[in-house]
Amino acid sequence: MSTISTTGAPGTPGTTGAGPRPGAAAPSARRHPGRLRRAHRHNLPLHYAVSIGAALFILVPLLFMFAGSVKPNADVLADGGSWRALLPTSVSADNFVSAWERSRFGQLLLNSLVICGLTVLGGAVVNSMFGYALARLRWVGRNAVLAVVIALIIIPFEALAIPLLLMVTEMGWLDTYQAQIVPFIAQPFFIYLFYSFFLGLPRELEEAAQVDGAGPWRTFRTIIVPLSRPVFASVAILSFLISWGQFLWPVMVTRSEAVRPLPVGMAVFQTLPPLQWGDIMAFATMMTVPVLIVFVIFQRAFVQGVAAQSVKE
Amino acid sequence: MPPATAAPGTPVAAGPPGRSAPATAPAKNRRARRGRELRAGLLFSLPAVVLLLLFMVAPFVSALVLSFTDQRLVSPRPVSFVGLENYVRVLTDAQFWGALTNNVVFALIVVPLQTGAALGLAVLVNRRLPGRVLFRTIYFLPTVTVMAVAATVWKLLLLPDGGMVNGVLDTLTFGQLQPGWLSSTSWAMPAIVITSIWQGVGFQMIIFLAGLQAIPASLYEAATMDGANAWQQFRNVTLPGLRNTLIFVLNVTVIFAFRLFDQVYIMPQFPGGPLDSTRTMMLQLLQTGYGRGLIGQASAIAVIFFLFVLAVTLVQRRFSREERAVQ
Repeated sequence: MSTISTTGAPGTPGTTGAGPRPGAAAPSARRHPGRLRRAHRHNLPLHYAVSIGAALFILVPLLFMFAGSVKPNADVLADGGSWRALLPTSVSADNFVSAWERSRFGQLLLNSLVICGLTVLGGAVVNSMFGYALARLRWVGRNAVLAVVIALIIIPFEALAIPLLLMVTEMGWLDTYQAQIVPFIAQPFFIYLFYSFFLGLPRELEEAAQVDGAGPWRTFRTIIVPLSRPVFASVAILSFLISWGQFLWPVMVTRSEAVRPLPVGMAVFQTLPPLQWGDIMAFATMMTVPVLIVFVIFQRAFVQGVAAQSVKE
Repeated sequence: MPPATAAPGTPVAAGPPGRSAPATAPAKNRRARRGRELRAGLLFSLPAVVLLLLFMVAPFVSALVLSFTDQRLVSPRPVSFVGLENYVRVLTDAQFWGALTNNVVFALIVVPLQTGAALGLAVLVNRRLPGRVLFRTIYFLPTVTVMAVAATVWKLLLLPDGGMVNGVLDTLTFGQLQPGWLSSTSWAMPAIVITSIWQGVGFQMIIFLAGLQAIPASLYEAATMDGANAWQQFRNVTLPGLRNTLIFVLNVTVIFAFRLFDQVYIMPQFPGGPLDSTRTMMLQLLQTGYGRGLIGQASAIAVIFFLFVLAVTLVQRRFSREERAVQ
């Protein structure tokens, strides 16, 4: 237990991000300008060659997807083997219109937004409250409960999928939103992230509030939550990424377009005749671009949210 | 304004309010606060505890129990206890061993490749050079694309005839190397590997980056003073400093490798194909429990899978603890 925040992320938001650390390398550069510059010059071409090579590997599929989404269906395959595959040789919105209508994209998008939104929101409330109770309130059995929560972290969802399927069938939840939301709200790992963040907050804050007569609920809402934006952002982003990409479980519990999320919709759309790759790339683009835009805007928070993973010992 | 709003069940000290002896007032407050914290603690825990019990603990226990029964998805027959029969069935099933082998092969390729690549990328974008933020952003892009999208796009890039990858290979090898990728039993798994690394490498890179930035710069300065070259610095400062991160990333990647599902479901013409060459444990679990309705047998697979994850995690704990002992 003493090792819990070894990497220091939870208590010190901001230090884990990839932001520049003023003065980290500068002093040595000043002391040994010649040596450092020489070392850099030596590696620079190699450094950029590897960086650009890796960037190409990452970017080619995305460029291919964008280009394929705007060109005529026939051209997607015809251009496939050449550099023309990465260029929008002719541009039209036809594929988007056709994919939107044939896949009922609007409905799928709504489903994904409802499922993700409620999972993220419910998770933020429920997990943070439990994390707070474990970190800051004294009650009987608290330590035992904490140990159980930490043990639960290692149970992978896949090991629970079959009994959950039985439960959901029994409850009449097959093909509903709630089957895709309720089981995913309480997450031991997120509870643990909240717990370790709250543990690092100074005691005096609560004591001041308590002297003013605030109860635990008001202390939590007005003092703790506003101070804990970084951990809320981390958990929200991670749970959004997980929820948005869910595939195995929705394949098991959804039957209809009315509740199916986008990733399953995509797998189904691929099998719909006629097979039109331009439409499929348009579907993929519509599903990806909004998230990419949000990512670029909130890049820092995203990166920190994911880095928060590494605090787990 | 008395803070002791006398929670029910809290013993209230006798005596007229406002005139209590100075010695008992703090004690009374403390007791009242204790009572209030106990109540609040339980209330704050309640929603999560109920959800965890219902959707984690109960299914976990029932997975264990079901794995010893002949439960089916839909069956009028009463369920009976069958002992280890499901485990025997699973462990003597050639298809299960094929799936397990595929998972192991996938892990053996993906874990070193992806972890090594992620570490390399993290070191690249950790250097304070122009463009590092741009490169970091690019490498992280696939993480926010859903695996279903990655699988679909790569499926098209890997088309044997007219796919971009074979187009490039054709030019590079003068037509010598033209793999059939997803339609060939020996190239289907490499196709899944490429897709998985593409989608997952940025995620690991960020975790390594967080680890790298936790290493004190003074260590590098000292190493530079001692005349250590770049490789020596990496070997003697970076790697030891990243030890826990590395163990964590390896652990997560191994577990992810055994959860492999989305790609093998979407990319081949039939899930797990061609000829079971990309069948995985998760696909086996889904098709046994959901496709064939053999809940008991699928639960046995789930338990075996869980034991595997548990073993990997315990090994990780062991390694992390050893390091702690050294410190």
